Amino acid sequence: MTTTLPTTTAAPTSRKGRVGRIGLYVLLLLGALFFLLPVYLLVATALKTPDAINLATTWQWPRVLNWQSFVEAWAKVGGNLGNSLFLAVTSTILAALLGSLNGYALSKWKFRGAHFLFALMLFGMFIPYQAVLIPLFQFVKALGLYGSIWGLILAHVVYGLPITTLIFRNYYAEVPDALIEAATIDGAGFWSIYRQVVWPLSLPAFVVVIIWEFTQVWNEFLFAATLTNTSSQPVTYALSQLAGGQAVSWNLPMAGAILAALPTLLVYILLGRYFVRGLLAGSVKG
Amino acid sequence: MKGLSRDRWWSVLVLLPSVLLLAVFVYGFIGRTIYVSLTDWGNDPAQALAATPIIRWVGLANYQDLFTGFLQVRFRQELVNTIFFTVFFILGCLGLGLGLALLLDRNPKGEGLWRTLFLFPMSLSFIVTGTIWRWMLQPQGGLNQFPTVFGLPPGSFGWLSSTDAIWQFDWNKLPLLTAVVVALVLVWLAVRALRAADRARAVISGLCAALLLGWALFVGPNVKILPAPELHGFNLALIGIIIAAVWQMSGYTMALYLAGLRGIPEELREAARVDGASEVGMYRHVVFPLLSPITLSAMIILGHISLKIFDLVYAMAGPDNTYTSVPALNMYLTSFRQNQFALGAAIGTILLILVAVVIVPYLRSAFRSEEGHA
Repeated sequence: MTTTLPTTTAAPTSRKGRVGRIGLYVLLLLGALFFLLPVYLLVATALKTPDAINLATTWQWPRVLNWQSFVEAWAKVGGNLGNSLFLAVTSTILAALLGSLNGYALSKWKFRGAHFLFALMLFGMFIPYQAVLIPLFQFVKALGLYGSIWGLILAHVVYGLPITTLIFRNYYAEVPDALIEAATIDGAGFWSIYRQVVWPLSLPAFVVVIIWEFTQVWNEFLFAATLTNTSSQPVTYALSQLAGGQAVSWNLPMAGAILAALPTLLVYILLGRYFVRGLLAGSVKG
Repeated sequence: MKGLSRDRWWSVLVLLPSVLLLAVFVYGFIGRTIYVSLTDWGNDPAQALAATPIIRWVGLANYQDLFTGFLQVRFRQELVNTIFFTVFFILGCLGLGLGLALLLDRNPKGEGLWRTLFLFPMSLSFIVTGTIWRWMLQPQGGLNQFPTVFGLPPGSFGWLSSTDAIWQFDWNKLPLLTAVVVALVLVWLAVRALRAADRARAVISGLCAALLLGWALFVGPNVKILPAPELHGFNLALIGIIIAAVWQMSGYTMALYLAGLRGIPEELREAARVDGASEVGMYRHVVFPLLSPITLSAMIILGHISLKIFDLVYAMAGPDNTYTSVPALNMYLTSFRQNQFALGAAIGTILLILVAVVIVPYLRSAFRSEEGHA
């Protein structure tokens, strides 16, 4: 700031700049309000006793905090949370491992038509699942997996393949081909290159894929509603049933919503950077 | 050379299971759905869940029923809902996302915190979002009660319960309207081709446009696909669902735009400023044009999400609110609550066509340009 810039012109711009800065923070606060109001209402309602919930005092913070709603909600959806956890972990691991191998084969062992094949695979990521739901239901039923969580896992692994393959393929494309060539000259083949060169480099991609896929599977609803029955339903379906009735006291679905949201929310808050990377990968360009 | 080819075989072998699975689960199942949509499976309730149902081929009858049948008013309203939902959802996400990204691009303090805040709804499921917003938008509570926090009278908008519609049109006029719209697009194409001195294309487009317009003038007004007028429009109860959807997804466009803004080199902006461009002019002539590919990507991704959306509607308005329903929800109910599999398959096929119209050109262009690089 000790340069010879004329200070006369700097003064008005800095005042203008200050107004601009204040405006910036006002707008950011308004934006934050839009994103946080529902959360405030969610938490406030979940902590009220059923008889304290009344439309006129919707926005008041509860006088006495009632943690009982969480106990009750846990009793109703706790088992479903367990189902969701098992479902999301198992399908994510399987889809990630297959995606890693696919991405490796597609990016490092290019063959003719690999691009076209990959585009065909990717289309599976975008289709409305309503367009495959009836045959999928029949297929899972024919396998004897209807109502078991394994039918759901199968569906999630298969329809998760396009995005996991996409993320790994784009990630491995960054690994220099010279590295692979050097390994081939040293006599390494497809599998030993994967184990000794590609696999040790894969951790960041695995983190992105696992976070993204876990969130997707945890949050999914259509397959959950179609392929399972009461014993194996994941938490999204249980929550929809909890909240769907007309004469419910709202503390319960709100507490249930918090329970259902916490795992993915925590993942997002702790590892948000990787979540965003998966998000951006979903728009095809890696 | 021998080793190399064995490695290639391995790569094909590794891909094979996934390719086969996707071939069956995506293309095989789509084929099967299309086949089912051309039958009468489940139209007779007794046959729907029979061990060996009698399934007859009925051609396009299910589609005809959906678009013109007396009982399928709900589906037609849903198609209209989907269109309005998609348009406003995309506009909302693009506008809010771009606005927030522009704010964050000015490097406010605690940028990471703001970003986390605007993006967190993305990590929730539509069911959770829907449950929260259902409570936010209770007719006598939530948002309508919000003014009372400041001592104002409560609002009275029927967020999820309104049955009013605006911009209504008669479904009978649909062929006419479609013909006019397509003709206008063709006219535009013809003008563009003329400017590019592509006479053959201009003549063909112009001829097609003239044919369509002629049809619209002389035949179209007399075409009736329904015995009586049937009004469909933008149901106001959808507004609440659109707001909730924007709440959930605008963080996504913000992240896309922010990545785009950060990718614009500072020298470009400096150069514009040196050339005497105002701040607004700099955005208009330098920044926004560079962001337009991102806008296109975002529109396509959001568009396909909005065409498929149904869990949000299910959680917010319930499955039986016909005023806010969408085809994706109807497909689920028709197939798995009423067991009318053929009709459900027809709705699923229509959804697929809508999504494919958006996605296939996108995938094609994405991979054509990539193939060019390779």
